[in-house]
Amino acid sequence: MTAQTEMLNLGEMDNEDTLKGKYLIFSMGNELFGIEIRYITEIIGIQPITEVPEMPGYVKGVTNLRGKIIPVMDARLRFKKAVRAYDDRTCIIVFDNNDLSVGLIVDSVAEVLTMQEADIAPPPEMGKGGHQYIKGIGKAGNGVKLLLDCQRLLTDDALEALSAMA
Amino acid sequence: MDNGHSNEAMLDVFIEETARHMAQLEKTVLASAEGGFAPDAIDAIFRIMHTLKGSSAMMLYNNIAALAHAAEDLFYGIRNQKPARLDGALVSELVQQCVAFIRLELEKVRGLDSPDGDPSGLVERIRQASGALRGGPKDAAVPAVGAKPPSAQHYYLPPAKSGTAGGQKGYEAAIFFEEGCEMENIRAFSILHSLKDITEDFCHVPADIIENNDSVQAIRDNGFIITLRTERSLQELHDFFSKTAFVRQLTLRELSDSQLSERFAGPREDAAPGLPILMPQCAEREPEEPPPGQESAHRNIIGVDVDKLDKLMDLMGELVIAEAMVTQNPELQALKLDSVYRAARQLKKITGELQDMVMSIRMVPLAASFREMHRVVRDCGRQLGKEVELRLAGEETEVDKNIIEHIAGPLGQLVRNAVDHGIEAPDLRAAAGKPRTGHITLEAIHAGGDVLLVVSDDGGGLDREKIRQKALRQGLIDRPESELTEREIDNLIFVPGFSTRDAVAGLSGRGVGMDVVLKELEAIGGAVSVDSTAGRGTAVTLKLPLTLAIVDGMNIRVGSSGYTLPTAAIRETFRAKAADLVQDPAGNEMLVLRGRCYPVLRLHRLFGVQADHTDLTQGILLMVEQDGKQLILFADELLGQQQVVVKALPPYLKTLKQVDGLSGCTLLGDGSISLILNVGGLIGLY
Repeated sequence: MTAQTEMLNLGEMDNEDTLKGKYLIFSMGNELFGIEIRYITEIIGIQPITEVPEMPGYVKGVTNLRGKIIPVMDARLRFKKAVRAYDDRTCIIVFDNNDLSVGLIVDSVAEVLTMQEADIAPPPEMGKGGHQYIKGIGKAGNGVKLLLDCQRLLTDDALEALSAMA
Repeated sequence: MDNGHSNEAMLDVFIEETARHMAQLEKTVLASAEGGFAPDAIDAIFRIMHTLKGSSAMMLYNNIAALAHAAEDLFYGIRNQKPARLDGALVSELVQQCVAFIRLELEKVRGLDSPDGDPSGLVERIRQASGALRGGPKDAAVPAVGAKPPSAQHYYLPPAKSGTAGGQKGYEAAIFFEEGCEMENIRAFSILHSLKDITEDFCHVPADIIENNDSVQAIRDNGFIITLRTERSLQELHDFFSKTAFVRQLTLRELSDSQLSERFAGPREDAAPGLPILMPQCAEREPEEPPPGQESAHRNIIGVDVDKLDKLMDLMGELVIAEAMVTQNPELQALKLDSVYRAARQLKKITGELQDMVMSIRMVPLAASFREMHRVVRDCGRQLGKEVELRLAGEETEVDKNIIEHIAGPLGQLVRNAVDHGIEAPDLRAAAGKPRTGHITLEAIHAGGDVLLVVSDDGGGLDREKIRQKALRQGLIDRPESELTEREIDNLIFVPGFSTRDAVAGLSGRGVGMDVVLKELEAIGGAVSVDSTAGRGTAVTLKLPLTLAIVDGMNIRVGSSGYTLPTAAIRETFRAKAADLVQDPAGNEMLVLRGRCYPVLRLHRLFGVQADHTDLTQGILLMVEQDGKQLILFADELLGQQQVVVKALPPYLKTLKQVDGLSGCTLLGDGSISLILNVGGLIGLY
């Protein structure tokens, strides 16, 4: 399994200037999503995941990233989409926010796009909970991309968990 | 410094640092003695004194702190006022006296004594010097040199002891220097100077070595003869004297008591005034030699951030796994590749050695924690009016840095308990026919993969009757009393809920904070037990793992999930007979084993995984125990035992939910992740 793992090493690009305005575009179902590339440490193929009990459903478990144990969440479950079996194109995007590494399972990775601020529109006003993880709508290239807020992706569910307990 | 005795291996940071500072001070002063003090030398001395003041105050060595404080003031003045006529000789002499004093105190610290020298004479002189500096550079320090009150220099001389103190032996050393080495009297003086680190009870012939220039000839002809009294062995003294430079011949013999008192009777009075570091013309020469071998005895030590060590440890774990993934790769297994296997064996060997080395880097001797206990014993003994002596053994034993941090609290608690409740008051002891001074022994012993720390005292022992009654009152005894062994009764003091403040504290039994001790130890996978003999004393044994990071684990499987249990928590594993299984009306399953009933926890149900077996008689049952509570776990099968590297669950998961049943996770040889079960947490579910 590990032999097939594709790795995209972004280390050489690790520079504020070159990373600014770059988004990794991935697809889930019919939609395209984007994550700011400076949060991403690497992209790996799907690999064995050890289930951790008592976790919310979207947390699939933990996986071994070269000796580092990182939690993995399924983006489909996270965004309440229909479950789909993993295949060759399924990827784990490993992103890092405030030293918190998390893997995000997505259907497939598309491309890296540069988007200027002018290309990004604020998310439309919706009822509560409608777009809590979307921080903008990207319009570069063909079609719109939903740009994810990594920060919210990680912290919001911690808050949810807390309020669920209360 | 001279370190010929047992504690060579352990240098606590303070000693190491201060000794280094002293050497640096000495060097700076020597360099400045001729050309006067350069501004950066002043700066350097000021900084050292400042650091020293802080560090010694932190260690509660107030005498050193006071001295360093005075010296700091002096150099602060010199630095700021830049006096035109600075009396370099006086300043360097003062600094050297400081060095000598601090070295002596340091030696006491190292020798596990309290640094009790009184620096007030020296402090006073330094104050005078700073006063003179402030008063005006004209009448600066010159008069102060002449006005040196001779008494001020005797601060380190102990009152003359009468007779031979307990454990001390008399020795006579005759030293002949190499011919043509010159300045025999100064060399002799430097021996005396460093001898003060060993004993303060000595006299020598000729007595007036510095003042009288004829002494040079006398030493050349008859040798330099020192009579001393010390606790050190002949061998230690021999090592000490052999370190001196230019010694041609050394004769060392033990003296009987009568010989000793005879020798001490005469020259002692004369000898004493010769002792202070009053060395008008040789101040520059002297510090080069004493104490012999000092520079070389310093170990090269660098401080490393613990975070880096933790990372190194993580990387090491990864390397071990990566190595297993390569060498045990299933694709290689089928092939006949001799050279690859040879290379793989070599790789395995090196990773093994590397792992040992990485582990050893994190190991720290217990010495520092142990010595801390001297203070605890002293303070506690003084408060309670008890005479207590602490003995240490095995303090060179090394354990993981993280563990040291965890045991400081429990150790202090146990030692305090031993002084408070273990050792009786002096009068009581005398009445019981025991020596008035109680003894507490703190001992570290290696036992397989564990380290045992034993805190024992020769006090009155535990009051079993009180413990039994209290346990009965609190309903902590769940068996017929007659079945309890003495040992079991003693160990009741660790049962949570037993040891409350109002327990047996203040009386002869113990019971304060024992549950705290137990809790701390359990947090690091340790254990604690107590042995007591009425009237003879109590010994509390702490069992510590050598390291936190690696535990012996038993891998078990439930369906497709793997879990790891600390082997230490497993009492037994067995298959159940249908007849032993019972179910209460609420549906809780229990199992009767040897007449006792234990709750059964189905792991597959707890963790919501699909198991191969749901029939309790089909899978395997493991009895686990913690805090004296047992629980039976139900799993599909045992996979085997191995040492595992413990890793914490990712912090992100912890923010989501704290899972009681899990204490961490680990990587297995095939790269898969196994969750480590927290036995205490699982038992807590019931």
